[in-house]
Amino acid sequence: MSTAAVSEQSHVTLNEVVRRYDGPPVVHALGPINLVLRRSEFFSIVGPSGCGKSTLLDVLCGLVRPTSGDVQFEGRELRGDVPDGVGVVFQEDSSMPWLSVRQNVAFGLRTSDLPEKEVTERVDHAVSFMGLAQFADHYPAQLSGGMRQRVCIARTLVLRPRLVLLDEPFGALDQQTRLLMGDELLRLWRETGATVLLITHALDEAAMLSDRVGVMSARPGRFIDMAETGWPRDRDSRIVSDPKFGALTARLWSCLREESLKTMGRAA
Amino acid sequence: MTRPRAVLLVRIAVLAGLVILLEICCRSGIIDPLTVIPPSNMIASMIDNVGSGDLNESIVNTFSTIILAFVLAIGFGTLAGALIHRSSRLRDVADPLLASYYSVPTFIFYPLLVALLGLGKAPLVVLGVLSAAPAVMISTLSGLDGVPPVLMKLARVQRLGPARTLWWIVLPAALPRLFTGLKLALSYALIGVIAGEFILSGTGLGYAISFAYQSFDNRAMYGLMLFVLLVAVIANGILYVWEGRLARRRSTG
Repeated sequence: MSTAAVSEQSHVTLNEVVRRYDGPPVVHALGPINLVLRRSEFFSIVGPSGCGKSTLLDVLCGLVRPTSGDVQFEGRELRGDVPDGVGVVFQEDSSMPWLSVRQNVAFGLRTSDLPEKEVTERVDHAVSFMGLAQFADHYPAQLSGGMRQRVCIARTLVLRPRLVLLDEPFGALDQQTRLLMGDELLRLWRETGATVLLITHALDEAAMLSDRVGVMSARPGRFIDMAETGWPRDRDSRIVSDPKFGALTARLWSCLREESLKTMGRAA
Repeated sequence: MTRPRAVLLVRIAVLAGLVILLEICCRSGIIDPLTVIPPSNMIASMIDNVGSGDLNESIVNTFSTIILAFVLAIGFGTLAGALIHRSSRLRDVADPLLASYYSVPTFIFYPLLVALLGLGKAPLVVLGVLSAAPAVMISTLSGLDGVPPVLMKLARVQRLGPARTLWWIVLPAALPRLFTGLKLALSYALIGVIAGEFILSGTGLGYAISFAYQSFDNRAMYGLMLFVLLVAVIANGILYVWEGRLARRRSTG
């Protein structure tokens, strides 16, 4: 296959990526990991606590350099900087309390040289897309945790990233809100055509949202299973009633159970 | 009526009540007028003294010294706080010193400062800075420590350079704590300078109060004290209102 054809299909490539943290003690957090994210796919990662999921996300977006191996985004190797076209939504609330919802969302475009009209249009679109139009002039302290996380997603969305990385963005939300936020995420993914990588500890969330789910081992994190879900692109949270959903979640759990027990210091 | 407005009214009423009580006690002879003069006389004396123009030079001297000490304290304090924040070794050394700093009565160094720097503005500015800078340092340190790490990550993801990270993320995130430092620094600079003038200086409002006190001129002394008090309260009030406006956005409601 030609190089052009490979880069057409693969959006992000991790090649023998290892990450160690200098000690003492030296911590081998990750790898070796090989992964190819296909353009416009929805990929989720599940794994036991402390398996290096967040480290993997930091490596993927260029915040952290791998100790060995390399990461390629759109054919270019990452060298410790976050490239243009990558948007990240963190697990923690990263809304800025001194800015209104609209200003928070527009923050992503402060460094862009877009004309003001387009900035306003993009911000308005992102704000209403995430259902925040009524709250555009509110400050984060006046919003619920779920709404604040939506502000952070809107701030990423406004940049129109080609790769969206989400680190347990719904971790602090209740189950109903998480299902609905999952639907919004799927809608966003369909409309933007971006490649999405979601890190989650919720197996049902991974099974419901993804095209593929990667299961990671206990530290040092490696992929021990890669499950293709086979869902149609046009899907939503109602897919949880599909019998395949139960089978898929069971498969993920059977892989993960042993690894989770290892993390807890017990044998399977 | 909103709750904050009601609280403000009660606060004003309590203060006014105390002033009226003092007025009554002084007028009725319960308090010896040689010890404390009635508040109405204090106000009249303040207007006379300040209005006469005799004190213009002292007022300009004192407040320019305070402002200079305040500005220098902000500069030194912020710089030192930022340096300590960046260096863990420096923090290990500085932490216990900062924690115990305010147990040192800096005024005792005033004679030494006069010997080193001569009479004039310099020792007063140094005294003001010595009083105010550590408050700025401590609040800068706690403000910078309090910037959520996720916002620093966000700065990198948004590919902001160091100046934009500082201006758009670090400063606004640290602002509430920096403001506390500013308020304290203003008070400490004012106390440092006026107390310095009071002890040894030959100019300024502190000296004028001290001179009136030693001349048994109670009326002038209380008038000047009231003037200093009013200026301090107004200056702090402005910072307080400003801080309140910033804080309102960050709190619920």
